[in-house]
Amino acid sequence: MKALAWHGKHDVRMDTVPDPEIVNPRDCIIKVTSTAICGSDLHLYDHFIPTMQSGDILGHEFMGEVVEVGAKSTLKKGQRVVVPFTISCGSCYHCNKHQYSACPNGLPADNQDIARTAYGTEMAALFGYSHMTGGYAGGQAEYVRVPFSDVGPIVIPDGVDDDKVLFLSDILPTGWQAAEYAEIEPGDTVAVWGCGPVGLFAVQSAFLMGAERVIAIDHFPHRLELAKKFGAETLNFEQTAIYDALMEMTGGIGPDAVIDSVGLEAHGLFLDNVVDEVKAATFLGTDRIHAIRQAIIACRKGGRVSMPAVYGGFVDKFPLGAFMEKGLTLKTGQTHVQHYMPALLNAIMEDKIDTEFLISHRMPLMDAPKGYELFKNHQNECTKVVLKPGMTAA
Amino acid sequence: MADDATQTDDAPLTASKRSGAAAELIGQIPEAQGSSVVGRAVTINKPAAELYSYFRDFRNLANFMENVVSIDVRDGGRSHWVVKAPAGRTVEWDARVTEEEPNRMIAWTSEPGADVPNSGRIEFKEAGARGTVVTATIAYDPPGGVIGKVIAKMFQREPGIQARRDLNRFKQLMETGEIATPAMNPKQFEEMGL
Repeated sequence: MKALAWHGKHDVRMDTVPDPEIVNPRDCIIKVTSTAICGSDLHLYDHFIPTMQSGDILGHEFMGEVVEVGAKSTLKKGQRVVVPFTISCGSCYHCNKHQYSACPNGLPADNQDIARTAYGTEMAALFGYSHMTGGYAGGQAEYVRVPFSDVGPIVIPDGVDDDKVLFLSDILPTGWQAAEYAEIEPGDTVAVWGCGPVGLFAVQSAFLMGAERVIAIDHFPHRLELAKKFGAETLNFEQTAIYDALMEMTGGIGPDAVIDSVGLEAHGLFLDNVVDEVKAATFLGTDRIHAIRQAIIACRKGGRVSMPAVYGGFVDKFPLGAFMEKGLTLKTGQTHVQHYMPALLNAIMEDKIDTEFLISHRMPLMDAPKGYELFKNHQNECTKVVLKPGMTAA
Repeated sequence: MADDATQTDDAPLTASKRSGAAAELIGQIPEAQGSSVVGRAVTINKPAAELYSYFRDFRNLANFMENVVSIDVRDGGRSHWVVKAPAGRTVEWDARVTEEEPNRMIAWTSEPGADVPNSGRIEFKEAGARGTVVTATIAYDPPGGVIGKVIAKMFQREPGIQARRDLNRFKQLMETGEIATPAMNPKQFEEMGL
């Protein structure tokens, strides 16, 4: 089959590799019909995430048709499914508590040592996201082996377009969980840093959860336009002093909840960012964290900080003093996708959540390397690239 | 600094910085053999009785212990082990159950003439809604002494690393019925080992 393989920084190629087969009894094999490039794939593309190996197949947002099932899969050939990006067993202590992304059972025992050393614990297995998360082949391919297919994938009713439901795999539940972690109360003002896919779904989710005002922060005009479409007020950090604006807009109090959906590669020429970039380049520190610093400084006393953004390593100049003195609460983590999928599928079917607005580019899977380049370098107009293995080049 | 001879807290011996802790830990193993010791605990979301009975049938151990080539079960709590060692070699020994409490504990020791003299105990302790805490304590004499231990670590057959991975595979097998692998096909799974 054809698959998008990582070969180094800014070097991804369409390789020919053997088709996957059933290995374990709960596996299924799906024929991919749609797969997206995620903002967090750009962290791999930029080689910010360790433990990548040449030839690793990328992609963790995908859906398709079931073509093979293991003896213990509950799926049937021909069913259309969306696959969660986290590989969770459904039967351990964490899965029973619906903390699916804390499941240790998808991660091969030999891969657990890396995260134990870096984070003090093993982490969830993910599709197509380095060997620290299991070294599983991802979904930017014609076929994928899906473990625990009896508990992960969600079956999509006939007649519902791929483009409507594809984002159930990651970014929609991630945006929703981000808003849930902000513990929004009616009348609240919520500030969202980053109007990428997760930020835009967090904006929609925050309003559905009762926020009175959502303030969206970015520097790409087109992305701010999209946030405005959903009712957010917008701030462009290239033109506006964000802290001052947030204080004035909230009567000097600050937002009740803040959401960082930017993460480890924050853009912008701020002094602390430049220092972080120099440090990252010299391996003194790995994560650039301007957004979360600003969010903590702006948040009101006793407010909530939600951090769906991906961070991989260590940071310094984290405003721990402000965090403590203001009595803030921080909630973060990989998304418990399986927990949110059924309700969010219903919300899509009932037209409560708009998903298709996000897709700016649809292209054949074979054009995936071009898709990465586009998504990386044209973030204003390129909001989401969806790759279609069945599509022929225009 | 605390007196090296006496423990002044409630910490498990496996976390101790005191030089005498290893000997105390080995002392908890009946008919102990071996001068190096590792201890690991894992929580498995299954009843102790189920875990005990799977483990007690020693032939099952090859299903999750990566280095075990084969285990032949013989009469009288005896078994013969063939285990992978660094550099493509194998080591063998006969083992004997020295103590056991159904659903709670199994202890063993190797018989005289073992390539790697070893002994150990595995405990199963009910942990309510979380299942069972399984704790393995293994004492051994590394082949080739300290240098052999360093080489084993380089080849990742060092018993401390191995015990942790084996216990995690035991957890996966018991909780999910399978062992996690990124392999793309059964042949690759076999080549990668467990």
